[in-house]
Amino acid sequence: MYETVIGLEVHLHLKTKTKAFCGCSTEFGREPNSQVCPVCLGFPGSLPVLNRTALDYAIKAALALNCSVQNYTKFDRKNYFYPDLPKNYQISQYDLPVSRDGFLDIRSEAGAKRVRIKRVHLEEDAGKLIHQEAVSLVDFNRAGMPLLEIVSEPEMNSPDEAYEYLTGLKSIIEYLDVSDCDMEKGSLRCDANISIRKKGSTILGVKAELKNMNSFKSVREALAFEAKRQAELLESGGEIIQETRLWNAEESKTVSMRTKEEAQDYRYFPEPDLPPFTINKDKIEAIKKSIPELPESKRRRFTEDYGLSEYDAKILVLSRRNAAFAEECINEYPGKEKKPVVNWLIGPFLSEANARNRELADLGIGSKALVELINLMEKGVLSNLSAKAVLAEMLETGKTAQAVIKEKNLAQISDSSSLGGVIEEVIKENAKSVTDYKQGKGNALMFLVGQAMRKSGGRANPKVVQDLLKEKLNEG
Amino acid sequence: MAITKDTIKHVAHLARIDLAPNELETLSAQLQDILDFIDKLKQADIKDVLPTSHILPVSNVMRDDLPRESLLSEKALENAPQRKGSFFGVPKVIE
Amino acid sequence: MELYKLTARELIEKIDKKESNAGEIISCLGKRIKEVDPKINAYVRLSEPEPSISAPGPQPSTPLRGVPVSIKDNICTQGYKTECSSKILEGFTPPYDATVITKLKNAGAAILPFKTNMDEFAFGSSTENSCFGPTRNPWSLEAVAGGSSGGSAAAVAADEAAWALGSDTGGSIRQPASFCGVVGLKPTYGRVSRYGLIAFASSLDQIGPITKDVADSASLLNVIAGYDHFDSTSIDKEVPDYTKVLGSGIKGIKIALPEEYFVEGLDPEVKSIVEEAVDKLKSLGAEDKTVSLPHTQYSIPVYYIVATAEASSNLARFDGVQYGHRCAKPQNLIQMYNKTRGESFGQEAKRRIMLGTFVLSHGYYDAYYLRALKVRTLIKNDFEKLFSEFDCVVTPTSPTAAFRIGEKIRDPLKMYLSDIYTISANLAGLPAISVPCGFTKNGLPVGLQILAKPFDEEMILKVAHAYEQATPWHKMKPKL
Repeated sequence: MYETVIGLEVHLHLKTKTKAFCGCSTEFGREPNSQVCPVCLGFPGSLPVLNRTALDYAIKAALALNCSVQNYTKFDRKNYFYPDLPKNYQISQYDLPVSRDGFLDIRSEAGAKRVRIKRVHLEEDAGKLIHQEAVSLVDFNRAGMPLLEIVSEPEMNSPDEAYEYLTGLKSIIEYLDVSDCDMEKGSLRCDANISIRKKGSTILGVKAELKNMNSFKSVREALAFEAKRQAELLESGGEIIQETRLWNAEESKTVSMRTKEEAQDYRYFPEPDLPPFTINKDKIEAIKKSIPELPESKRRRFTEDYGLSEYDAKILVLSRRNAAFAEECINEYPGKEKKPVVNWLIGPFLSEANARNRELADLGIGSKALVELINLMEKGVLSNLSAKAVLAEMLETGKTAQAVIKEKNLAQISDSSSLGGVIEEVIKENAKSVTDYKQGKGNALMFLVGQAMRKSGGRANPKVVQDLLKEKLNEG
Repeated sequence: MAITKDTIKHVAHLARIDLAPNELETLSAQLQDILDFIDKLKQADIKDVLPTSHILPVSNVMRDDLPRESLLSEKALENAPQRKGSFFGVPKVIE
Repeated sequence: MELYKLTARELIEKIDKKESNAGEIISCLGKRIKEVDPKINAYVRLSEPEPSISAPGPQPSTPLRGVPVSIKDNICTQGYKTECSSKILEGFTPPYDATVITKLKNAGAAILPFKTNMDEFAFGSSTENSCFGPTRNPWSLEAVAGGSSGGSAAAVAADEAAWALGSDTGGSIRQPASFCGVVGLKPTYGRVSRYGLIAFASSLDQIGPITKDVADSASLLNVIAGYDHFDSTSIDKEVPDYTKVLGSGIKGIKIALPEEYFVEGLDPEVKSIVEEAVDKLKSLGAEDKTVSLPHTQYSIPVYYIVATAEASSNLARFDGVQYGHRCAKPQNLIQMYNKTRGESFGQEAKRRIMLGTFVLSHGYYDAYYLRALKVRTLIKNDFEKLFSEFDCVVTPTSPTAAFRIGEKIRDPLKMYLSDIYTISANLAGLPAISVPCGFTKNGLPVGLQILAKPFDEEMILKVAHAYEQATPWHKMKPKL
């Protein structure tokens, strides 16, 4: 009876070599206050000069998110006092952002949906505060890093949709290679606005702003918790107040910041130290050309051209490198029906990759080597079981499938002359089962096949074994 | 326009400046004078006039994404009123 | 003649003739400073142990040959304190040089380790708003030196400096130059890098020379002008040799005299001195015409909105976190901010920060700030129109000669009005120079202001030089 309304504000660190307005390195995890200069420390007299690549990346991301890039854009100062903000103003964009009016297509269990993006703008990051007993410590290494702010319209109606939005956004940004999108390192941050309203109502409810989520999963959990909290509050006759709430991951709940909420007055005004920027059509076209095929189009192609299922395609295109590797394998595979390769990619190969926290392409097995393995299995040279063993060995040693098979003697045995001896032995040693079979007990045959497989160390071709057994038993 | 004491107090808070009671008095009176004088601007005809925030017609001033040497952290912290190791120190921020 | 009396170019000549050297010049100036500065207070922190001079020593091959330059206390000098005459920047030693300082050093200048006095953060027209006390006018110790670059102007006038750098946001080079009887030039906005100039109002600030004569002004501008990739607002435009145009005559030059600059409020004595100066220019071949700059009356209101708004933001960084003064034992963060800033900003700084914060605050932005930016456009257009017909504009630099110390300090609005003739050049980004053009009956200097279109510094230098060479004023020295 309630509808949830969610808007997301995502901040991304752009993957430039240097900060937004100075030449300090953006490398993560260095000694505190070692990647700073008069500019990013906001020392008196210092002045900002925009990093060209940061603007290019912003335009690239905006285009990939279907935004209209503005031909005139400028920076503004957002004034507020905070110890992690060196100048006590942030260089940001107010009324003329780099771009606006985009969208992102998502798919959740509720179906496909287009979420509109209000604006994408460029700004500088603040430093980092570490709180101790009586003192807070400030590290300005992060101050001045280029940040992309992506603001969605409040158009998602479930925590799942929000999760899909974030996954889709991250996937696109990774394809563009303009950000690491690593929430743990803080290169992707997400705040969420959430309100609820009676189904059918068109008026937005009072919203809460949620902060402090450090993974997409926690965003989903926090939203789910908050939607429930707000509904229960309304049901019990309470009133929702506009506030900022922090997600407490340990206790799995949102907690009010309880600070005296004063209306912020950021006193935005045009940054006088930075003349405006014009972005002409040629520039936009050039950047457009540098955008690779994006996940959505790749997904469509994978299903249409290679006959992949929606589910398989969605998994494989999530990461650009995975998708590229998968496509290489698919093309490498000679068969028309691509299911065997896809099954192997999504199945054993992906689980090995996940177990190692790596991408498919980084497992050290090239597409040729992987397809060779799959081929060997398809041709009956390897049993399914042995193939998995071969894969494990390949991952371990980096050797080819053929080499592993030879070394470990894992090739499937399919010729009847080599298996004759084993069959004889099995019949001799299992007289009871032979009798059972002859009396028409079908299970007995499967038992005898199993015995033969065991004797061959799993290498016998089970189909051939079964045929040979039947032949022998029917003879006698 | 008339500026009230409350407005002055609010502005002083935005600007993070403590004002002694006598300062508040004098400042109120002086800012009122100045604002009255500034109000002259209302007479100017600004219909269809675009604002000038940058006086010269310059645009697209950018730098290449090339690293430059940073300050040594010792240098960065040299002027700090309070430091702890390689950090600047401030009174505890309550979040 | 004592070395300290010479212009910088004369000193360079002496060095070239091997009649002196940089070391001798520096020690001679040092002696002069010790002798007269207690009366003038042109320099700050003189009593502190003197850091060693980062002098290049005698450098015969460099353009400036080791001749020292005096620097206003708001221009960052690596290793030398730079405090903007403010308690809040107490002890601040920049880890870097302003671009102009780098340029000066590269040109072989010595940088004096003590800096020149100023109104706190350049907020003022008298150098009375300094935490180091007011600078006195060398021509009358009871009078102000003007401001905010009063220390630089007084130092040059009192022969405590060969030449100096000041900064000009609304007249802060030209007005003190006028009050002290020296030459002050504010370049076109964007001509000189602002990198390392502690910002007052970013869209108006420019660094410029304060010198004993026009030729020195041209020489110093030669060194400091030019594009700087550390300042996005500096302009990538070739720098001519400004000394080349000197002496080329001003016959046929078209001079505009804006009527709004010669009305009520202009001291009659100053008016007649300036009119005589205009006559002198005519006698040198210039053609004059009275014109109108109809939006002149708005320049002060626009200025005090734009400049204070920018200042309120620029000065937010002085909060006791990274450098400068922090209040004793703050109980919490908000107290650290409020007390630090409350106890260390002077009255004028507080006034301007408050005004600037107010005009940007919610609900007032459009009525004040945005409106001011629009009127700024009108003022700029007035000048553009004028410069399509005229080569330069000539006005008094200030409506009065130097006033008495204390005379206006209690009445900020009255003080603001003393910038009435200089502010427009900053709002419109124009180059402007003040050149001495006579003395009042009380023996106080009067300045003539010449403005030209953007990047036509050559025009103002040429006209100022022609005038200077035809008059005796720049040779006059105060008795100290």
